[in-house]
Amino acid sequence: MDKRAWFRNTPLALALAAPQLLLVLLFFYWPSGAALYWAFTLEQPWGGGNVFVGLENFRTIFGDPLYWNSVGRSVVFALASTLLAMTLGMLLALAVDRRLKGHAGFRWALIWPYAIAAPAAGLAFRFLLSPEAGMIAYLNHSFPGLWNPIVNGWQAMLLIILAYSWKYVAYNFLFLLAGLQSIPKSVIEAAAMDGARPLRRMWDLQLPLLTPTIFFLLVVNLTDSFVDSFGIVDLTTEGGPNKATELLVYKIYFDGFKGLDYSGAAAQSIILMILVIALTFIQFRFVERRIHYS
Amino acid sequence: MADITLRALRKSYGGNEVVKGVDLSVPARSFLVILGPSGCGKSTLLRMIAGLEEITSGELTIGGERMNDKEPRERHCAMVFQNYALYPHMTVARNIAYPLEVAGVPRALRERRVRETAASVGLADYLERKPGQLSGGQRQRVAMARAMIREPRVFLFDEPLSNLDATLRVQMRLELRRLHQRLGVTSVLVTHDQTEAMTMADLLVVMNGGRIEQAGTPLEVYGRPASRFVASFIGTPPMNLVEAEIAPSGRLHTELGPLPIAVERIASGPVLLGVRPEHVLLATGPDNADLELPLELVEELGATRILHARLDGRGFAVATAPGLPFPPGATLLLRLDPSQLHLFGRADGRRIDAGLVRIGEQVPVAPTEAVAVPFR
Repeated sequence: MDKRAWFRNTPLALALAAPQLLLVLLFFYWPSGAALYWAFTLEQPWGGGNVFVGLENFRTIFGDPLYWNSVGRSVVFALASTLLAMTLGMLLALAVDRRLKGHAGFRWALIWPYAIAAPAAGLAFRFLLSPEAGMIAYLNHSFPGLWNPIVNGWQAMLLIILAYSWKYVAYNFLFLLAGLQSIPKSVIEAAAMDGARPLRRMWDLQLPLLTPTIFFLLVVNLTDSFVDSFGIVDLTTEGGPNKATELLVYKIYFDGFKGLDYSGAAAQSIILMILVIALTFIQFRFVERRIHYS
Repeated sequence: MADITLRALRKSYGGNEVVKGVDLSVPARSFLVILGPSGCGKSTLLRMIAGLEEITSGELTIGGERMNDKEPRERHCAMVFQNYALYPHMTVARNIAYPLEVAGVPRALRERRVRETAASVGLADYLERKPGQLSGGQRQRVAMARAMIREPRVFLFDEPLSNLDATLRVQMRLELRRLHQRLGVTSVLVTHDQTEAMTMADLLVVMNGGRIEQAGTPLEVYGRPASRFVASFIGTPPMNLVEAEIAPSGRLHTELGPLPIAVERIASGPVLLGVRPEHVLLATGPDNADLELPLELVEELGATRILHARLDGRGFAVATAPGLPFPPGATLLLRLDPSQLHLFGRADGRRIDAGLVRIGEQVPVAPTEAVAVPFR
């Protein structure tokens, strides 16, 4: 059966689609096109003409150890924040689904972090985890030098992972809870009658039946952690100390707007785009096969 | 094989009481059917026995042991759900094996038991399929096998046949009874289908509004309904009910006029007179007719035919043998057998046990036209 409805009024359809098309054109295709053009040319820092250089920009980037450093940091960041945000989101969703004490409050409170802009979240964590004030200051007083993300690279990385995950825990929680609640109650009850305890039911039933949701979140979390982390980094560590938190998207911004290397930055954003597309493709190709869609 | 007893069992959600004090004792090895309209609390009662709903007050024992605060897994009951509740991502074999898997039964033994159990319900060829690839009847069998494999003390069935088509339902009804005869496990089945209830029960309980209306064998419940509700809930078509008054002389005056029938041993007052369609006789002539009603339409069922008469906006059904032609609009001459009449209090709806006799003549009417209506 054909479920689509057809309308013959093409001008009206175009008029209705126009605002969205215009936005996509203006904010995606135009900048992407410009970036693609710049990636193959050498742009002058203060404007005034450019020269076509072919793959020279890409050669420079791949030959730069600082770029590979940034790739490594990004991978660590992506894996750690995805793991953290999904694990926490899952635990909270399971707690709310089991209607443990306080579930109504959780549910209400957990929705908000996702509504907060990344820079605001970054700023909040910068203050929360700043070494010279608040609770961390007490810790540092008792154990001098215990926590200082301004000089310690891995602590800075931990800081941006925490700040970023905090936002995505909310997002993951919402989806996982919806997924859990769409599992028929009688299936869980049948397992209870069959003698399975709550943890066993979670492992044998809820997790396997949730795999479509988990897969979707995995794709979104990984992709977003590559492209959506700029605000947090900029407001907390600015890529430091000593480039320990210089993620790919931050490096693009830094090289482009601070270093005025427009061509190099444009080439990097093209690489990042290809990376994200490839990553998504791989996930659909290899992970999705193992998923049970009921 | 365990007996089940319910003592003053109650369940409320907030201030809303859905099970209002149920006392019941189910002997070991018997097949109990709880029958009632939707919302009468029958499924809640079953889930309380299973341990899926907390018991607000009262006591539940299985095999003499108090079960109120036991987890479902400690009650050794197996349950078949209305939608079967199979595990959609597991194969049939793993679905059936799951209770054993959880109990830690070694793999080799588990596999042997799965093969045996699956074979006994005719699923041997479907072990590697997923539930989504099975028909409704096959899914039902998987649910049965999963319940059987743990050798439970009690089987609980929550409307297990209501998702099947009519043919399959009749077939599964028989299979469930056979299974019960073979295994002898105490079973409790909840249904809103009176045919299922009548055909499967050793002990039939009719529930209404969170209370038991009547408990007894199917024939007791059918033959001597304890209330107006039971009388009209069981039987197809349901029992005809006519408003009547008992005159001080003992004579019955119905809304259709006086009947030549008297009530003994009971005070005068308003009652409901009930008579099952198959117990209404066709009179041989106007002389021995008790009621005259206009015929509205005729339902042919093959083995019987149902004549529907009009009575003050309500129906009045008469079951007869097929054959005789009845044109619509004809007047039905009907005769009542006093021994087959039921009386219910008009205010409380409870059964009134009273002797009914025909006034004067004791001539038996020809019972040739009357025929028992088989359950559909």
